[in-house]
Amino acid sequence: MNEQPEQFTFDFRESTAQIVGGASEDLKIKIGDFAGPLDLLLFLIRQEQANIFDIPIARITEKYLEYIRLMKRLDISIAADFLVMAATLIEIKSKMLLPRDPFAGEEEEIEDPRQELVDRLLEYEKFKTAAGMLYERSTVEQAIFTRGPIESDDNNAEIDASVFDLLTVFQKIVARHVDEIKLEIEREEISLADMMRTLKKRIFEFGEVSMLKFFEEMHSKREIVTAFTAVLEIVRTESVKLLQATTFGDVILKKI
Amino acid sequence: MDEEEIVSAPREARSPGQLVALVEALIFVASEPVTTKVLADVLEEERESIEAAIEQLQSDYLSRDSGLQVREIAGGWQLATRTDFHEEVRSFLKTRPSAKLSLASLETLAVIAYKQPVTVPEILEIRGVQSASAIKTLLDKRLIVAKGRKETVGRPMQYGTSKDFLIQFGLNDLSELPSIEDFEDLVQ
Repeated sequence: MNEQPEQFTFDFRESTAQIVGGASEDLKIKIGDFAGPLDLLLFLIRQEQANIFDIPIARITEKYLEYIRLMKRLDISIAADFLVMAATLIEIKSKMLLPRDPFAGEEEEIEDPRQELVDRLLEYEKFKTAAGMLYERSTVEQAIFTRGPIESDDNNAEIDASVFDLLTVFQKIVARHVDEIKLEIEREEISLADMMRTLKKRIFEFGEVSMLKFFEEMHSKREIVTAFTAVLEIVRTESVKLLQATTFGDVILKKI
Repeated sequence: MDEEEIVSAPREARSPGQLVALVEALIFVASEPVTTKVLADVLEEERESIEAAIEQLQSDYLSRDSGLQVREIAGGWQLATRTDFHEEVRSFLKTRPSAKLSLASLETLAVIAYKQPVTVPEILEIRGVQSASAIKTLLDKRLIVAKGRKETVGRPMQYGTSKDFLIQFGLNDLSELPSIEDFEDLVQ
Protein backbone atom coordinates (compact mmCIF):
# COMPACT_ATOMS: atom_id res chain seq x y z
CA MET A 1 0.00 0.00 0.00
CA ASN A 2 1.36 3.31 -0.96
CA GLU A 3 0.18 5.34 1.95
CA GLN A 4 0.74 8.87 3.03
CA PRO A 5 1.30 10.93 -0.08
CA GLU A 6 2.51 14.51 0.31
CA GLN A 7 -0.80 16.24 0.72
CA PHE A 8 -1.56 14.51 4.01
CA THR A 9 1.49 15.47 5.93
CA PHE A 10 0.69 17.75 8.75
CA ASP A 11 2.74 19.86 11.06
CA PHE A 12 1.50 18.86 14.43
CA ARG A 13 3.37 21.64 16.20
CA GLU A 14 1.52 24.25 14.25
CA SER A 15 -1.69 23.62 16.11
CA THR A 16 -0.12 24.45 19.44
CA ALA A 17 0.00 27.94 20.81
CA GLN A 18 2.69 30.46 20.24
CA ILE A 19 3.83 33.41 22.19
CA VAL A 20 4.90 35.99 19.73
CA GLY A 21 7.68 38.08 21.20
CA GLY A 22 7.45 41.76 21.92
CA ALA A 23 8.21 44.04 24.80
CA SER A 24 8.13 41.98 27.94
CA GLU A 25 5.49 44.28 29.42
CA ASP A 26 2.93 43.54 26.81
CA LEU A 27 3.50 40.18 25.33
CA LYS A 28 1.56 39.57 22.23
CA ILE A 29 0.39 36.07 22.25
CA LYS A 30 -1.34 33.77 19.94
CA ILE A 31 -3.34 31.64 22.24
CA GLY A 32 -3.86 28.15 21.12
CA ASP A 33 -4.43 25.74 23.76
CA PHE A 34 -1.71 23.98 25.51
CA ALA A 35 -2.78 20.49 26.28
CA GLY A 36 -1.57 20.93 29.83
CA PRO A 37 1.13 22.41 32.05
CA LEU A 38 3.74 19.95 30.80
CA ASP A 39 2.94 20.95 27.25
CA LEU A 40 3.37 24.63 28.13
CA LEU A 41 6.60 23.89 29.94
CA LEU A 42 8.03 21.99 26.99
CA PHE A 43 7.08 24.86 24.75
CA LEU A 44 8.81 27.40 26.99
CA ILE A 45 11.95 25.28 27.26
CA ARG A 46 12.09 25.00 23.49
CA GLN A 47 11.41 28.68 23.04
CA GLU A 48 14.23 29.54 25.42
CA GLN A 49 16.36 27.06 23.53
CA ALA A 50 17.24 25.46 26.80
CA ASN A 51 18.47 21.93 27.27
CA ILE A 52 15.84 19.74 28.82
CA PHE A 53 18.51 18.01 30.93
CA ASP A 54 19.69 21.33 32.32
CA ILE A 55 16.64 23.50 32.63
CA PRO A 56 17.39 27.11 33.62
CA ILE A 57 14.73 26.83 36.27
CA ALA A 58 14.63 30.49 37.33
CA ARG A 59 14.14 31.74 33.80
CA ILE A 60 11.59 29.09 32.88
CA THR A 61 9.64 29.62 36.10
CA GLU A 62 9.48 33.31 35.35
CA LYS A 63 8.21 32.70 31.82
CA TYR A 64 5.74 30.19 33.07
CA LEU A 65 4.30 32.57 35.66
CA GLU A 66 4.19 35.29 33.04
CA TYR A 67 2.06 33.08 30.85
CA ILE A 68 -0.26 32.25 33.73
CA ARG A 69 -0.66 35.93 34.59
CA LEU A 70 -1.40 36.64 30.99
CA MET A 71 -4.07 34.00 30.91
CA LYS A 72 -5.58 35.58 33.98
CA ARG A 73 -5.51 39.03 32.41
CA LEU A 74 -7.16 37.69 29.29
CA ASP A 75 -9.74 36.17 31.56
CA ILE A 76 -8.97 32.67 30.49
CA SER A 77 -9.88 30.35 33.25
CA ILE A 78 -6.77 28.62 34.42
CA ALA A 79 -6.99 24.97 35.13
CA ALA A 80 -5.86 24.06 38.62
CA ASP A 81 -3.25 21.78 37.10
CA PHE A 82 -1.42 24.80 35.67
CA LEU A 83 -1.24 26.29 39.16
CA VAL A 84 0.02 23.03 40.62
CA MET A 85 2.85 23.13 38.12
CA ALA A 86 3.60 26.75 39.00
CA ALA A 87 3.93 25.71 42.64
CA THR A 88 6.18 22.81 41.68
CA LEU A 89 8.43 25.12 39.68
CA ILE A 90 8.73 27.58 42.52
CA GLU A 91 9.51 24.77 44.91
CA ILE A 92 12.30 23.48 42.66
CA LYS A 93 13.62 26.98 42.21
CA SER A 94 13.83 27.57 45.95
CA LYS A 95 15.45 24.20 46.54
CA MET A 96 18.11 25.09 44.05
CA LEU A 97 18.81 28.35 45.84
CA LEU A 98 19.51 26.56 49.09
CA PRO A 99 23.20 26.03 49.77
CA ARG A 100 24.37 22.43 49.74
CA ASP A 101 24.52 20.72 53.04
CA PRO A 102 28.12 21.37 54.19
CA PHE A 103 28.13 18.15 56.24
CA ALA A 104 27.11 15.98 53.33
CA GLY A 105 29.97 13.87 52.08
CA GLU A 106 31.67 14.87 48.86
CA GLU A 107 30.96 11.52 47.24
CA GLU A 108 27.31 11.53 48.19
CA GLU A 109 25.24 11.94 45.13
CA ILE A 110 22.74 14.68 45.72
CA GLU A 111 19.72 14.37 43.57
CA ASP A 112 19.07 17.34 41.38
CA PRO A 113 15.74 18.88 42.46
CA ARG A 114 14.88 19.08 38.78
CA GLN A 115 15.22 15.34 38.20
CA GLU A 116 11.62 14.35 38.82
CA LEU A 117 10.30 17.12 36.60
CA VAL A 118 12.69 16.17 33.80
CA ASP A 119 11.57 12.56 34.00
CA ARG A 120 7.96 13.61 33.76
CA LEU A 121 8.69 15.93 30.85
CA LEU A 122 10.50 13.22 28.94
CA GLU A 123 7.75 10.71 29.60
CA TYR A 124 5.11 13.24 28.61
CA GLU A 125 6.91 14.19 25.43
CA LYS A 126 6.85 10.59 24.23
CA PHE A 127 3.09 10.54 24.50
CA LYS A 128 2.77 13.93 22.89
CA THR A 129 4.72 12.60 19.93
CA ALA A 130 2.56 9.48 19.94
CA ALA A 131 -0.50 11.74 19.83
CA GLY A 132 0.97 13.39 16.73
CA MET A 133 1.46 9.99 15.18
CA LEU A 134 -2.18 9.12 15.88
CA TYR A 135 -3.23 12.38 14.33
CA GLU A 136 -1.37 11.63 11.14
CA ARG A 137 -2.73 8.11 11.02
CA SER A 138 -6.32 9.33 11.34
CA THR A 139 -5.71 11.90 8.61
CA VAL A 140 -4.45 9.22 6.24
CA GLU A 141 -7.33 7.02 7.27
CA GLN A 142 -9.81 9.74 6.37
CA ALA A 143 -8.60 9.53 2.80
CA ILE A 144 -9.79 5.94 2.60
CA PHE A 145 -13.42 5.15 2.02
CA THR A 146 -15.36 1.95 2.28
CA ARG A 147 -18.58 1.33 0.44
CA GLY A 148 -21.65 3.19 1.61
CA PRO A 149 -24.06 1.32 3.82
CA ILE A 150 -26.52 -0.85 1.95
CA GLU A 151 -30.04 -1.68 2.96
CA SER A 152 -29.22 -5.00 4.51
CA ASP A 153 -26.74 -3.43 6.94
CA ASP A 154 -29.45 -1.88 9.06
CA ASN A 155 -31.87 -4.68 8.56
CA ASN A 156 -29.25 -7.25 9.28
CA ALA A 157 -30.18 -10.81 8.53
CA GLU A 158 -28.94 -12.06 11.85
CA ILE A 159 -31.16 -10.39 14.35
CA ASP A 160 -31.85 -11.99 17.65
CA ALA A 161 -35.33 -13.35 17.87
CA SER A 162 -37.35 -12.08 20.79
CA VAL A 163 -39.96 -13.90 22.82
CA PHE A 164 -42.60 -12.19 20.69
CA ASP A 165 -41.08 -13.55 17.50
CA LEU A 166 -41.22 -16.99 19.02
CA LEU A 167 -44.84 -16.54 20.01
CA THR A 168 -45.75 -15.31 16.54
CA VAL A 169 -44.25 -18.40 14.94
CA PHE A 170 -46.00 -20.49 17.51
CA GLN A 171 -49.36 -18.92 16.86
CA LYS A 172 -48.95 -19.38 13.14
CA ILE A 173 -48.42 -23.08 13.59
CA VAL A 174 -51.31 -23.46 15.98
CA ALA A 175 -53.59 -21.62 13.60
CA ARG A 176 -52.57 -23.86 10.75
CA HIS A 177 -53.26 -26.94 12.77
CA VAL A 178 -56.76 -25.80 13.66
CA ASP A 179 -57.57 -25.67 9.97
CA GLU A 180 -56.12 -28.92 8.89
CA ILE A 181 -56.92 -31.50 11.49
CA LYS A 182 -58.90 -34.16 9.70
CA LEU A 183 -58.64 -37.27 11.66
CA GLU A 184 -57.98 -37.78 15.31
CA ILE A 185 -55.82 -40.74 16.02
CA GLU A 186 -55.05 -41.77 19.53
CA ARG A 187 -51.37 -41.35 20.09
CA GLU A 188 -49.07 -41.65 22.95
CA GLU A 189 -48.28 -38.19 24.27
CA ILE A 190 -44.66 -37.26 24.24
CA SER A 191 -43.18 -35.89 27.46
CA LEU A 192 -41.22 -32.66 27.71
CA ALA A 193 -38.04 -34.57 28.53
CA ASP A 194 -38.43 -36.71 25.42
CA MET A 195 -39.20 -33.72 23.31
CA MET A 196 -36.10 -31.94 24.56
CA ARG A 197 -34.00 -34.98 23.89
CA THR A 198 -35.27 -35.24 20.33
CA LEU A 199 -34.74 -31.55 19.64
CA LYS A 200 -31.30 -31.49 21.25
CA LYS A 201 -30.20 -34.49 19.25
CA ARG A 202 -31.37 -32.85 16.05
CA ILE A 203 -29.67 -29.52 16.81
CA PHE A 204 -26.36 -31.08 17.65
CA GLU A 205 -26.52 -33.39 14.68
CA PHE A 206 -27.35 -30.79 12.05
CA GLY A 207 -25.99 -27.65 13.67
CA GLU A 208 -29.29 -25.86 13.17
CA VAL A 209 -32.98 -26.65 13.12
CA SER A 210 -35.84 -24.67 11.67
CA MET A 211 -38.40 -24.03 14.36
CA LEU A 212 -41.24 -23.91 11.84
CA LYS A 213 -40.34 -27.29 10.42
CA PHE A 214 -39.88 -28.82 13.81
CA PHE A 215 -43.30 -27.65 14.92
CA GLU A 216 -44.89 -28.87 11.74
CA GLU A 217 -43.89 -32.39 12.60
CA MET A 218 -46.08 -32.23 15.65
CA HIS A 219 -49.42 -33.95 15.54
CA SER A 220 -51.48 -32.19 18.12
CA LYS A 221 -51.79 -28.87 19.81
CA ARG A 222 -50.52 -30.45 22.94
CA GLU A 223 -47.42 -31.70 21.23
CA ILE A 224 -46.79 -28.27 19.79
CA VAL A 225 -47.05 -26.77 23.23
CA THR A 226 -44.59 -29.35 24.50
CA ALA A 227 -42.28 -28.62 21.58
CA PHE A 228 -42.48 -24.90 22.25
CA THR A 229 -41.64 -25.43 25.92
CA ALA A 230 -38.76 -27.66 24.84
CA VAL A 231 -37.41 -24.88 22.62
CA LEU A 232 -37.52 -22.40 25.50
CA GLU A 233 -35.86 -24.88 27.84
CA ILE A 234 -33.10 -25.71 25.40
CA VAL A 235 -32.31 -22.11 24.64
CA ARG A 236 -32.14 -21.48 28.35
CA THR A 237 -30.02 -24.46 29.30
CA GLU A 238 -27.96 -25.41 26.26
CA SER A 239 -25.52 -23.46 24.13
CA VAL A 240 -28.08 -22.86 21.45
CA LYS A 241 -29.08 -19.50 20.04
CA LEU A 242 -32.11 -18.33 18.15
CA LEU A 243 -31.79 -16.55 14.85
CA GLN A 244 -34.37 -14.99 12.65
CA ALA A 245 -33.58 -14.08 9.08
CA THR A 246 -36.54 -11.83 8.40
CA THR A 247 -39.01 -10.13 10.63
CA PHE A 248 -41.93 -12.48 11.33
CA GLY A 249 -40.03 -15.17 9.45
CA ASP A 250 -38.86 -18.56 10.55
CA VAL A 251 -36.77 -18.88 13.68
CA ILE A 252 -33.67 -21.04 13.51
CA LEU A 253 -32.21 -22.85 16.48
CA LYS A 254 -28.47 -22.82 16.02
CA LYS A 255 -25.72 -24.56 17.90
CA ILE A 256 -23.20 -22.06 19.27
CA MET B 1 -36.29 -34.75 6.53
CA ASP B 2 -35.34 -32.08 4.08
CA GLU B 3 -33.29 -30.35 6.75
CA GLU B 4 -30.69 -32.95 6.19
CA GLU B 5 -30.41 -31.91 2.58
CA ILE B 6 -30.17 -28.26 3.42
CA VAL B 7 -27.62 -28.60 6.14
CA SER B 8 -25.30 -31.27 4.91
CA ALA B 9 -25.78 -31.24 1.16
CA PRO B 10 -22.34 -31.93 -0.29
CA ARG B 11 -21.21 -28.92 -2.22
CA GLU B 12 -19.30 -29.03 -5.40
CA ALA B 13 -15.61 -28.42 -5.17
CA ARG B 14 -14.67 -24.87 -6.10
CA SER B 15 -11.87 -23.86 -8.35
CA PRO B 16 -9.30 -21.46 -6.84
CA GLY B 17 -10.64 -18.74 -9.12
CA GLN B 18 -14.18 -19.25 -7.88
CA LEU B 19 -13.03 -19.05 -4.31
CA VAL B 20 -11.23 -15.77 -4.97
CA ALA B 21 -14.40 -14.38 -6.52
CA LEU B 22 -16.53 -15.60 -3.62
CA VAL B 23 -14.20 -14.11 -1.04
CA GLU B 24 -14.31 -10.83 -2.94
CA ALA B 25 -18.11 -10.89 -2.94
CA LEU B 26 -18.31 -11.53 0.80
CA ILE B 27 -15.77 -8.87 1.71
CA PHE B 28 -17.68 -6.47 -0.50
CA VAL B 29 -21.05 -6.97 1.19
CA ALA B 30 -19.70 -7.08 4.72
CA SER B 31 -20.53 -3.90 6.60
CA GLU B 32 -17.42 -4.17 8.73
CA PRO B 33 -14.05 -5.91 8.45
CA VAL B 34 -14.63 -9.64 8.05
CA THR B 35 -12.21 -12.12 9.54
CA THR B 36 -10.52 -15.02 7.81
CA LYS B 37 -12.23 -17.37 10.24
CA VAL B 38 -15.71 -16.14 9.39
CA LEU B 39 -14.95 -16.49 5.69
CA ALA B 40 -13.61 -20.00 6.23
CA ASP B 41 -16.68 -21.00 8.24
CA VAL B 42 -19.21 -19.57 5.84
CA LEU B 43 -17.54 -20.99 2.76
CA GLU B 44 -16.62 -24.24 4.49
CA GLU B 45 -13.06 -23.94 3.37
CA GLU B 46 -9.75 -24.33 5.09
CA ARG B 47 -8.19 -21.22 6.57
CA GLU B 48 -5.22 -21.62 4.29
CA SER B 49 -7.36 -21.61 1.15
CA ILE B 50 -9.06 -18.43 2.30
CA GLU B 51 -5.72 -16.79 3.02
CA ALA B 52 -4.42 -17.78 -0.40
CA ALA B 53 -7.58 -16.44 -2.02
CA ILE B 54 -7.23 -13.10 -0.23
CA GLU B 55 -3.62 -12.84 -1.25
CA GLN B 56 -4.59 -13.55 -4.84
CA LEU B 57 -7.35 -10.97 -4.64
CA GLN B 58 -4.96 -8.35 -3.29
CA SER B 59 -2.46 -8.92 -6.05
CA ASP B 60 -5.26 -8.87 -8.64
CA TYR B 61 -6.31 -5.43 -7.46
CA LEU B 62 -2.74 -4.21 -7.42
CA SER B 63 -1.80 -5.56 -10.81
CA ARG B 64 -4.71 -3.98 -12.62
CA ASP B 65 -4.22 -0.67 -10.85
CA SER B 66 -7.66 -0.82 -9.33
CA GLY B 67 -9.36 2.04 -7.55
CA LEU B 68 -9.98 -0.36 -4.71
CA GLN B 69 -7.76 -2.17 -2.29
CA VAL B 70 -8.23 -5.12 0.03
CA ARG B 71 -6.84 -4.11 3.38
CA GLU B 72 -6.36 -5.88 6.67
CA ILE B 73 -7.80 -3.87 9.49
CA ALA B 74 -8.95 -4.57 13.05
CA GLY B 75 -8.20 -8.25 12.52
CA GLY B 76 -10.41 -8.51 9.42
CA TRP B 77 -10.52 -7.75 5.72
CA GLN B 78 -12.09 -4.74 4.13
CA LEU B 79 -12.57 -3.42 0.64
CA ALA B 80 -11.74 0.28 0.45
CA THR B 81 -10.84 3.00 -1.99
CA ARG B 82 -7.28 3.97 -2.68
CA THR B 83 -5.90 6.91 -0.70
CA ASP B 84 -4.87 8.90 -3.76
CA PHE B 85 -8.48 9.17 -4.93
CA HIS B 86 -9.64 10.81 -1.73
CA GLU B 87 -10.40 14.21 -3.23
CA GLU B 88 -12.60 12.87 -5.99
CA VAL B 89 -14.32 10.37 -3.73
CA ARG B 90 -14.97 13.03 -1.14
CA SER B 91 -16.40 15.49 -3.60
CA PHE B 92 -18.61 12.75 -5.01
CA LEU B 93 -19.84 11.81 -1.54
CA LYS B 94 -20.12 15.51 -0.67
CA THR B 95 -18.52 14.86 2.68
CA ARG B 96 -15.90 16.72 4.57
CA PRO B 97 -13.26 15.19 6.78
CA SER B 98 -14.87 14.55 10.12
CA ALA B 99 -14.04 16.76 13.05
CA LYS B 100 -10.56 16.33 14.38
CA LEU B 101 -9.89 15.32 17.92
CA SER B 102 -8.51 18.05 20.14
CA LEU B 103 -4.91 17.99 21.25
CA ALA B 104 -5.99 16.98 24.75
CA SER B 105 -8.14 14.12 23.42
CA LEU B 106 -5.35 12.87 21.16
CA GLU B 107 -2.87 12.88 24.01
CA THR B 108 -5.28 11.07 26.30
CA LEU B 109 -5.95 8.55 23.55
CA ALA B 110 -2.21 8.02 23.06
CA VAL B 111 -1.73 7.36 26.78
CA ILE B 112 -4.65 4.92 26.82
CA ALA B 113 -3.48 3.16 23.67
CA TYR B 114 -0.01 2.56 25.04
CA LYS B 115 -0.75 2.02 28.71
CA GLN B 116 -4.00 0.10 28.61
CA PRO B 117 -5.69 -0.89 30.76
CA VAL B 118 -5.12 2.44 32.44
CA THR B 119 -6.97 4.43 35.10
CA VAL B 120 -7.81 8.13 35.19
CA PRO B 121 -5.21 8.91 37.93
CA GLU B 122 -2.55 7.15 35.86
CA ILE B 123 -3.43 9.27 32.84
CA LEU B 124 -3.27 12.39 35.01
CA GLU B 125 0.17 11.33 36.19
CA ILE B 126 1.52 11.26 32.64
CA ARG B 127 -0.31 14.21 31.17
CA GLY B 128 -0.11 16.44 34.24
CA VAL B 129 -3.64 17.61 33.64
CA GLN B 130 -7.17 16.39 34.30
CA SER B 131 -8.48 14.38 31.39
CA ALA B 132 -12.13 13.94 32.33
CA SER B 133 -13.62 15.75 29.35
CA ALA B 134 -11.19 14.14 26.93
CA ILE B 135 -12.16 10.73 28.28
CA LYS B 136 -15.82 11.56 27.84
CA THR B 137 -15.22 12.63 24.23
CA LEU B 138 -13.31 9.43 23.53
CA LEU B 139 -16.03 7.31 25.11
CA ASP B 140 -18.69 9.15 23.10
CA LYS B 141 -16.76 8.50 19.92
CA ARG B 142 -16.40 4.88 20.98
CA LEU B 143 -12.65 5.02 20.60
CA ILE B 144 -12.15 3.74 24.12
CA VAL B 145 -14.10 1.38 26.34
CA ALA B 146 -14.22 0.72 30.06
CA LYS B 147 -12.20 -2.35 30.94
CA GLY B 148 -13.32 -3.15 34.46
CA ARG B 149 -12.04 -1.76 37.72
CA LYS B 150 -8.56 -1.86 39.12
CA GLU B 151 -8.28 -3.65 42.45
CA THR B 152 -6.67 -0.79 44.27
CA VAL B 153 -7.78 1.98 46.59
CA GLY B 154 -10.99 3.48 45.24
CA ARG B 155 -11.28 0.77 42.60
CA PRO B 156 -10.86 3.23 39.71
CA MET B 157 -12.27 2.36 36.30
CA GLN B 158 -9.72 1.22 33.75
CA TYR B 159 -9.88 2.15 30.09
CA GLY B 160 -8.62 0.57 26.91
CA THR B 161 -8.99 1.18 23.18
CA SER B 162 -11.86 -0.28 21.16
CA LYS B 163 -12.21 -1.99 17.80
CA ASP B 164 -13.39 1.33 16.40
CA PHE B 165 -10.05 2.77 17.44
CA LEU B 166 -8.26 0.20 15.30
CA ILE B 167 -10.54 0.95 12.36
CA GLN B 168 -10.31 4.73 12.60
CA PHE B 169 -6.56 4.68 12.92
CA GLY B 170 -5.99 2.07 10.25
CA LEU B 171 -4.51 -0.56 12.52
CA ASN B 172 -4.81 -4.30 12.22
CA ASP B 173 -4.07 -4.80 15.90
CA LEU B 174 -2.40 -2.93 18.73
CA SER B 175 1.00 -4.45 18.01
CA GLU B 176 1.05 -2.36 14.84
CA LEU B 177 1.46 0.78 16.89
CA PRO B 178 5.08 1.92 16.83
CA SER B 179 6.76 1.20 20.16
CA ILE B 180 6.49 4.09 22.61
CA GLU B 181 10.22 3.85 23.20
CA ASP B 182 10.76 4.73 19.55
CA PHE B 183 9.48 8.19 20.29
CA GLU B 184 12.26 8.69 22.74
CA ASP B 185 14.74 9.25 19.91
CA LEU B 186 12.72 12.24 18.82
CA VAL B 187 13.05 13.84 22.20
CA GLN B 188 15.95 16.18 22.15
